[in-house]
Amino acid sequence: MAKNKSKQYEEVIFKILMVISMVIVFGVVFSVIWTIVSKGYKAISWEMVSQLPGGGFYIGKEGGFLNAIVGSLYIVGASTVLGLIISIPVVFFLNVYLKKDSKLAYIARLAFDVLFGVPSIVYGAFGFTIMVFLGLRASLLGGIIVITLLIIPIFIRTMDEATREFPRDILDATYALGATKWETLKVVIRQIAPGIATATLLSIGRAIGDAAAVMFTAGYSDRIPTALSQQTATLPLSVFFQLSSPIPEVRNRAYAAALVLTIIVLILSILGRFFTNRFSKNKL
Amino acid sequence: MSIEVKNLNVYIKDNHILKNINLTLPEKKITCIIGPSGCGKSTLLKTLNRLIDSVENVRVEGNVFVDGEDIINSNGYQVTELRRKIGLVNQRPCPLPMSIYANVAYGCRINNMYRGRKLHRVVCKNLEAVGLWNEVNGRLRTPAVRLSIGQQQRLCLARSLAVEPEYILADEATSALDPISAKKVEDLFMTLKDKYSIIMVTHTLRQAVRIADYVVFMYLGEIIEEGPADQIFNNPQQELTKNYLSGAFS
Repeated sequence: MAKNKSKQYEEVIFKILMVISMVIVFGVVFSVIWTIVSKGYKAISWEMVSQLPGGGFYIGKEGGFLNAIVGSLYIVGASTVLGLIISIPVVFFLNVYLKKDSKLAYIARLAFDVLFGVPSIVYGAFGFTIMVFLGLRASLLGGIIVITLLIIPIFIRTMDEATREFPRDILDATYALGATKWETLKVVIRQIAPGIATATLLSIGRAIGDAAAVMFTAGYSDRIPTALSQQTATLPLSVFFQLSSPIPEVRNRAYAAALVLTIIVLILSILGRFFTNRFSKNKL
Repeated sequence: MSIEVKNLNVYIKDNHILKNINLTLPEKKITCIIGPSGCGKSTLLKTLNRLIDSVENVRVEGNVFVDGEDIINSNGYQVTELRRKIGLVNQRPCPLPMSIYANVAYGCRINNMYRGRKLHRVVCKNLEAVGLWNEVNGRLRTPAVRLSIGQQQRLCLARSLAVEPEYILADEATSALDPISAKKVEDLFMTLKDKYSIIMVTHTLRQAVRIADYVVFMYLGEIIEEGPADQIFNNPQQELTKNYLSGAFS
């Protein structure tokens, strides 16, 4: 009987712990959203998201931060596509071509884990060094390349985890039907589509929110870039610059930019989830 | 139209898995390969359609002739072609991540066999052949993983049949199924043997007794005895076979 009692206490204590953790997590999420919304809503307007900064924008006069929105979308779009193109073959090579106990695969995974953990400022500094070496200036292209480098480890490790749990029998089944390796790859991609979607969402989240990596490499500009060689603004840097302003109105605009950033990430997440649910033929 | 195995030796790392296998598999019959766990039954089956290639550190010596062609020494393209001729049903059903319809159509599509209406007829015909048509008719576009395990196994069989193989390899095809589904799959094999040569690995002796026409008994990588089912089950020649059949070891 006594034993039963202590089991009951155990149960209750752990339940309380779990509830507390949940409350903390949700609390953080809601307070972040609340801060952004409550401070940003005063400044957000159609003008903000549809116009370029005017002459006195950074001292609180007319204009918007369309340059930063478009710049961020350019960089995120291009680097996500590039990242996917580079990562999928790597994941396929690690999981299908290399043997299970391959040394190369082990070293590669370790390397990607290390890259995963490298702070983005290091990527920025690295990209900057390379650009100085090559005589390039901060540009949209530089930003895209550095962000691609930044998200490739996220892509690879997330997809790799999804692929490793993938039932090997499927390979045998497709081979047995006379499939080539290429056709098998297509089935593998279908099977791991939800994993790819998760990886893409994580990568986009990291890419769009990162200020440090683009600070030196993409520069900042009040215009929308029309060529890869031009500098471009990004939302995180826009937030950063405006938040460091002494003028309250400009600081509120920083929250408006943060709100836009959050909304973009939210929309992308919801779209991503929707499409994987809609088109994944592997869901129960 | 036959499978002939000559002096086949398979090594995985330093283990000698299959030892000097010589075997001619009868046509349009059900051949059961029986024997205790780890005796090399599945390895033998995998060698017949070269799925053994994906096993690590494997070395294969000898010849396997499928319709007169030595498949052990043929190149990649020929192997792909060969695998189409030999259907495979695994122990655990393994539907592809697509709809029920697309699963059956998959093999025809990648081999450019049929298209459009004709493809549709082939899919329906094969679903009927495995007795799934009445169960899935009307939800052909739903994901195949939603089927029950037994239905999935029959779907996998339909998928194999759709590419018009000449042989069907079954690796303990009923062991993961509930008794009723297992019975259905077994009955299916009985009706299919008029058209296909079926080679089946089984752990269940009673199943072998029920459906086998020809039996191969393996032990520690060697073929101990082979012959028509009647002879093996009623009048085994080897001491080992007698012991195995009487349940002295398994």
